[in-house]
Amino acid sequence: MERSGIFDMSRRGVLAGSAATAAVTTMPRAAQAAPAPAEPATGHVSLTVNGERHDLTLDTRTTLLDALREHLQLTGTKKGCDHGQCGACTVIVDGRRINSCLSLAVMHDGDEVTTIEGLGTPDKLHPMQAAFVKHDGYQCGYCTPGQICSAVATLGEIADDVPSHVTQDLTAKARLTNDELRERMSGNICRCGAYSNIVEAITEVAGEKA
Amino acid sequence: MKFDTPATTNPIDRMTVVGRPTPRIDGKYKTTGTAPYAYERHDVNADPAYGYMLGAAIAKGTIRSIDTSEAEAAPGVRAIVTYKNSGPIAVGRFNTAKLLGGPEIEHYHQAVAIVVADTFEQARAAARLIRVDYARAEGQYDLAQAKASATMPKGNADVQHGDFATAYAAAPVTLDETYTTPDQSHAMMEPMASTAVWDGDELILYTSNQMIDWGRGDVAKTLGIPKEKVRLVSPYIGGGFGGKLFVRAEAILAALGSRAAKRPVKIALARPEIFNNTTHRPATIQRIRIGATKDGKITATAHEAWSGNLPGGDPEGATSQSKLFYAGANRSIAERLATLDLPEGNAMRAPGEAAGLMALEIAMDEMAEKLGMDPVEFRAINDTQVDPMKPERPFSQRHFVECLRTGAAKFGWSRRNARPGAVRDGQWLTGLGMAGAFRNNIVLDSGARVRLDRAGRAIVETDMTDIGTGSYTIIAQTAAEMLGLPLDQVDVRLGDSAFPVSAGSGGQFGANCSTAGVYAACVKLREAIAAKAGLDPAAAEFADGHVAVGNRKVPLAGLADAGDLIGEDTIEFGDLDKRYQQSTFGAHFVEVGVNAFTGEARIRRMLAVCDAGRILNPVSARSQVIGAMTMGAGAALTEELVVDKRFGFFANHDLAQYEVMVHADIPHQEVIFLDGADPISSPMKAKGVGELGICGIAAAVANAIYNATGVRVRDYPITLDKYLDRLPVA
Amino acid sequence: MRPFTYERAASPAAAAKAAAATPGAKFIAGGTNLLDLMKLEIEAPAHLIDVNGLKLDTIEETDEGGLRIGALVRNTDLAADRRVRRDYGVLTRAIVAGASGQLRNKATTGGNLMQRTRCPYFYDPNMPCNKRKPGSGCAAIQGFSRSLAVIGGSEACIATYPGDMAVAMRVLDAGVETVKPDGETRTIPIADFHRLPGDTPDVETALDPGELITAVTLPKPVGGAHFYHKVRDRASYAFALVSVAAIVQKDGSGRVAFGGVAPKPWRVEAAEAGMSQGAKAVTAQAFADANPTRENRFKLPLAERTLDAVLAQARA
Repeated sequence: MERSGIFDMSRRGVLAGSAATAAVTTMPRAAQAAPAPAEPATGHVSLTVNGERHDLTLDTRTTLLDALREHLQLTGTKKGCDHGQCGACTVIVDGRRINSCLSLAVMHDGDEVTTIEGLGTPDKLHPMQAAFVKHDGYQCGYCTPGQICSAVATLGEIADDVPSHVTQDLTAKARLTNDELRERMSGNICRCGAYSNIVEAITEVAGEKA
Repeated sequence: MKFDTPATTNPIDRMTVVGRPTPRIDGKYKTTGTAPYAYERHDVNADPAYGYMLGAAIAKGTIRSIDTSEAEAAPGVRAIVTYKNSGPIAVGRFNTAKLLGGPEIEHYHQAVAIVVADTFEQARAAARLIRVDYARAEGQYDLAQAKASATMPKGNADVQHGDFATAYAAAPVTLDETYTTPDQSHAMMEPMASTAVWDGDELILYTSNQMIDWGRGDVAKTLGIPKEKVRLVSPYIGGGFGGKLFVRAEAILAALGSRAAKRPVKIALARPEIFNNTTHRPATIQRIRIGATKDGKITATAHEAWSGNLPGGDPEGATSQSKLFYAGANRSIAERLATLDLPEGNAMRAPGEAAGLMALEIAMDEMAEKLGMDPVEFRAINDTQVDPMKPERPFSQRHFVECLRTGAAKFGWSRRNARPGAVRDGQWLTGLGMAGAFRNNIVLDSGARVRLDRAGRAIVETDMTDIGTGSYTIIAQTAAEMLGLPLDQVDVRLGDSAFPVSAGSGGQFGANCSTAGVYAACVKLREAIAAKAGLDPAAAEFADGHVAVGNRKVPLAGLADAGDLIGEDTIEFGDLDKRYQQSTFGAHFVEVGVNAFTGEARIRRMLAVCDAGRILNPVSARSQVIGAMTMGAGAALTEELVVDKRFGFFANHDLAQYEVMVHADIPHQEVIFLDGADPISSPMKAKGVGELGICGIAAAVANAIYNATGVRVRDYPITLDKYLDRLPVA
Repeated sequence: MRPFTYERAASPAAAAKAAAATPGAKFIAGGTNLLDLMKLEIEAPAHLIDVNGLKLDTIEETDEGGLRIGALVRNTDLAADRRVRRDYGVLTRAIVAGASGQLRNKATTGGNLMQRTRCPYFYDPNMPCNKRKPGSGCAAIQGFSRSLAVIGGSEACIATYPGDMAVAMRVLDAGVETVKPDGETRTIPIADFHRLPGDTPDVETALDPGELITAVTLPKPVGGAHFYHKVRDRASYAFALVSVAAIVQKDGSGRVAFGGVAPKPWRVEAAEAGMSQGAKAVTAQAFADANPTRENRFKLPLAERTLDAVLAQARA
């Protein structure tokens, strides 16, 4: 059996023939949610970012991403979607890459955060940054810091023997191949479409390390 | 500088800097996160307030009431602007729908309010406390249904050349098929973002915009203030693809919010609201008829395309290439536009051709098969060196056949099995496909100012933008070539309306036109330098940081001790684009694998061969092409804004649901540029390349899937649900 | 995002107790789904209890010869664990087929089980959705339903459970260990953990209010060849159209669960008797009660074909 494609008036249907005159009111969530504190709640967090310690008092709602960008003015980490769907906000926390948009700053007390600014500077590029420049592994530049942080951490994950979706033999050690890099970097979207060049940049850095 | 006769030999022809593979001069900033984008201008205002947009909850109707009292009372809120307190909001010259809606709502997620608060978190929370009561009106959201009511749009008169009907009826081999392309989203990585700062009655907008002067004018028009009172600053743009050609809601909201809160305000659109709030590439329905002789000569071509838009909007223009791409005496072209109440349709990378070639290049593949011809050969024998409808009007240059032949040889096309569904690799059916690429070369006037400072450095200023295209670098290369300076002696400043008006970034015209403008300014500066050095400007040569005539050689450093020497000019294009048809060409080759069980389609190889005039920087030109190929791969395989035809909105409005290509989808890509400086296009002898790569690529993927499976899908994107039941037995 | 207060829990029992005592409280672990939903105010907790500090991040061998996976073991670590790779390959394969490297570094074992649907109408607060706002209607059944459930849905909701990990756990007969606010612990069979929507699609799991997941247990390994074939539109970083978690023994017998097709990982044990006769024998029975929409009925042949692909691979 197949569900019918026409509207009906039952609970499952949502719009009947009277759609044209339907009124829609967007209700504040407060009416539905549990009582919320009137004033924003705050929390204290001590973060070490690129080797420098910061003690911050933040609205509990502040993401790690916004703490970096708005409070520490480290805007190298980008906000592309704020929902974990693009990877532009990738930073390295305690050695692991994460989406900083889907993490509350107050949950990172005592953590060590490395952002793109901590990898290198315009006058002293990290090898991965230099390889991105050499291979033109970017265009607009907005996803680039996330790509680079992700790339640095990806090489670490392969070295740490973390398997991926394209790993053929789960009992063997993780390998560094073009397919592996492409799969592992897939959490970093580049709408400019620099993928082919990015993978070449990473491959070059990986080759130097090997 | 007037450009109305083909270029002769000029300093660019030396190609000591121009044309060399050159890493981007802004690369060290982009890779270290130090390039400032619009939302990140802590350098110019340390303590901005934060704006957050509320988008309309309906597609069409009116706001019956809007209650902001609860939001106003929320912590940290400084101002709320809606249609009730915004003052008059006009529609910009380049906009179709209003950027602040109310009481009338024209599309889903049209802005209805900005909340300004001390923090982002406060503004976002308060926006959701605004209570809006809407009266929903009936709307038209279904292109297929609206097709019958579509009309001929202004400026798109039907084209009838020869006698299509008779020729088609007489043709021994014919094709008559209908193709559909969906609505697509630019989905650039940087959301639309602006920081507004008022200084008295003057507004500075740090924004993310491809076309500074258009934007400046439309901000002024929308807000009802003089253009001179508006400054746009947009040095770095996190992708645009046409989505940032025009002023969008966040810029106007930032200005309104800042005026109301009496503080600088910054705002970025939330990703889930971008898809419906901003513009998109409109969906099309395209009927193509081709008639040919038995030996494959096209004798009749008809291309009809339907698209929809809000009242006052434009059609997609999917028929445009069909006037010029292939030979054939009899032609019938018709564009039709229906009224749809979906969000505003507008330009997205290669508007017209991208969607048009998605259809036409499948049709060509189908036609070749009917003829029993190789699809490369079929295209080659229908090449034309002149405008097919005006044979006296030649193409300025056209090396399309060379693109086809070069690509076929390089890709191993001869190994393709013409019988579809015949090649297996384990669980995978594999196939090869190809398509032609065509995109016009547009020329627009473009200005620049070039200064020589006392240290002998050149500083280029133009309101041209770099949206990832590599403008900074090619402009620096141009100035370096013209002034005989090493690249690192040139500074480039872009994207500021305080600078001379340029062509801007769009329509793949930016690179050629903006560098031509820099060329013109450099010609002026060379004259000033030569005069200052006491040399004959006509004889002066510029090399190695010196200006020289014969044995007299003067270093540029020191010449401007008394003040910068300045050259400012605008390249003004004459009628060479009328006398000649200026276009760019390419050929795409693709190999795919389609899982014989599950139908998953994955690209294995991609090659593009491009004929786009002189390539100013092969590094960034290659990137433009591979990026466009990637976007076109998405158009082929996944990208579709799904229209909910009841509620009238794009239902999959985030980056999880609107699937663009990821790393795993894209193999190593090859790009070959044919040599070919085109003296008719500009003194740079370059042409556009930024959009050529997306033209035809989706059809090449579609044709490869057909070759792999034997299943022809004419409805993009080609997702497995559309062919699973027709796959050969696994 | 509504304002909320925040605390770090001291122990699992204390966390559960605090959750029951505080109105509007929720646990947060990786946060990769919860924060996503909080930004849209689809979730609006007044209080967050951060459980990340609890020492629930180890994988231990059980007396029965299986594994006990702490609720806070990150997806990456679970997938990379040598014992899991060797004995429960389907689980590693399922985990690495999901999300992205960054998300798997944050996402936890317990949190992943709590993942909510990706139904487009659930995700748009302007739209009717019985799961998000009970009684408001379901916009999906007659709307954009391509990714939604073909079986197990109701007249109120056809949302799909979006995860991968739990599909593998279903085929492994995992158990979900919890602690309740009163300190009582229990193990919920994975088969019973996710609920079908019925008339209450907002109730998605068998957990009581305040009940905290502490671990997932895996019985001793069953051997066989392990597969997780996830079919999606793009090649990575996407939710499943259909996925197949399967363990196939040398004699052709085996187990199979399907993802992307139902409000929960879909396994019909009785249908597995047909494994050795081929995919159709299994799917015909497993999907006998299917009730697809026009947009998603392709998932039925796709499920069969995907299992067919897996069985062909198992034979190879």
